[in-house]
Amino acid sequence: MKDHFSRTIQTTITFLITAGVLVLAFGGYFRSASGVLTGGLVSVQYWFASRTQAIQEFLAAPGDLITLRMRNAELEAQVSQLQTQVIDLQQRAGETAILAALVDFSRASPESSYKAASVIGRDPSPFLHYIIINRGSNDGIQRGMPVVTNEGLAGRIDAVISDAARVQLVTDPASTVNVHLRNANTDALVAGSVTGDIGLELISQDAAVESGDIILTSGLGGGFPPELIVGQVINVRKLPAELFQEATIQPAVDFSRLQIVLVITNFRAINTVPLVPTAIP
Amino acid sequence: MRNLVAIPLLGLAVIVQSSIIGQFPLLEGTADIVLVLVTAWALQEAVTTGFHWAFLASVFVGLVSSLPWFVYLVGYTGIVLLAVLLQRRVWQVPMLAMFTVTFLGTTLLHILTYLYLSFSGEAISLADSLGMITLPSVLLNMLVAIPIFGIMRNLANWVFPTTEAA
Repeated sequence: MKDHFSRTIQTTITFLITAGVLVLAFGGYFRSASGVLTGGLVSVQYWFASRTQAIQEFLAAPGDLITLRMRNAELEAQVSQLQTQVIDLQQRAGETAILAALVDFSRASPESSYKAASVIGRDPSPFLHYIIINRGSNDGIQRGMPVVTNEGLAGRIDAVISDAARVQLVTDPASTVNVHLRNANTDALVAGSVTGDIGLELISQDAAVESGDIILTSGLGGGFPPELIVGQVINVRKLPAELFQEATIQPAVDFSRLQIVLVITNFRAINTVPLVPTAIP
Repeated sequence: MRNLVAIPLLGLAVIVQSSIIGQFPLLEGTADIVLVLVTAWALQEAVTTGFHWAFLASVFVGLVSSLPWFVYLVGYTGIVLLAVLLQRRVWQVPMLAMFTVTFLGTTLLHILTYLYLSFSGEAISLADSLGMITLPSVLLNMLVAIPIFGIMRNLANWVFPTTEAA
């Protein structure tokens, strides 16, 4: 009976102590003490976890390394493939931009019919300024047809074979183009040179040519259609002792970057050679 | 039979010259790899087909260029002649011979071109031609002469194997 009584008292005391501790804990009275305790536990757990992880990594490393190397090789291959695609797409974008400009140009001059051609080569001699295009007599290209870009006049067809043609650029030393200066209302001649520069010659001394004047083909001589842009006057040399003025020109076309050109296929150059008077013996 | 390698090699050289080399000028001058190939070939000891190469090269270049093929024929034949003459005198220093013939050959071909264009009635400035075209071209040809000479030496050994090598 006495034992039973003392056990009940012990149970009650234990219950009261536990309840008191819980009440104090829920009331936040043990916060600092529990913080110290849990902090220590977390530190110990972290130490064990990090060491375990290091050991696991050490044991599993060879397998992972091989996997990583394989993955790296795959990704490198993918990167190089994507880089190739990027270069290809950039090239296509460049060509598309050129073609779009050419289409705009052909829309602006609907009276002419055009045949687009790619530049596939240049004359091996540095003295001459010719390009080779990938269109020939099979595409209706004929000798004498004018060649233009969206920027202006490039040259004329000089020789044709079935699938290619040679174009004499206006910068060639043998090239001459009859032009008209609209502002000065006068005609002149554009001639090429071995250095690739083009100059304006045979300008009348009376003409008031100024830098910035636009030079257009005049159509005289029948070699080129009229109203094609050739370039712009940079500066004028006018000497009273000379018969004509001369001027240097900034060509409208960048001849070092010719990639795609348009051949005007509905223009037939007129051969004026038989009309040139010859000396009677 | 191995001599026929001249046809694809010179054909390829003309294509490369026309499509690639011409896009990398120094001032207005460009390297002439066909000229350098013919020069390097003619300077090889065992080679006996230098004039054949000169003829073939001039025909190929004449197909692409607006300059008549006979201008190239005279130029390349002159270069092979120079190479043969010089090879006998400076056979111990082949690179010196290569540089000399490249220099003289480029100058010769440009003089012929200048004369042809002048006789055709084109007004060409001699000073511009010399300063803007010929001198830069000579420099570029000298630069490409070094690797091309090595390649042609190996090719000559393949086309004309010596008794020891055979």
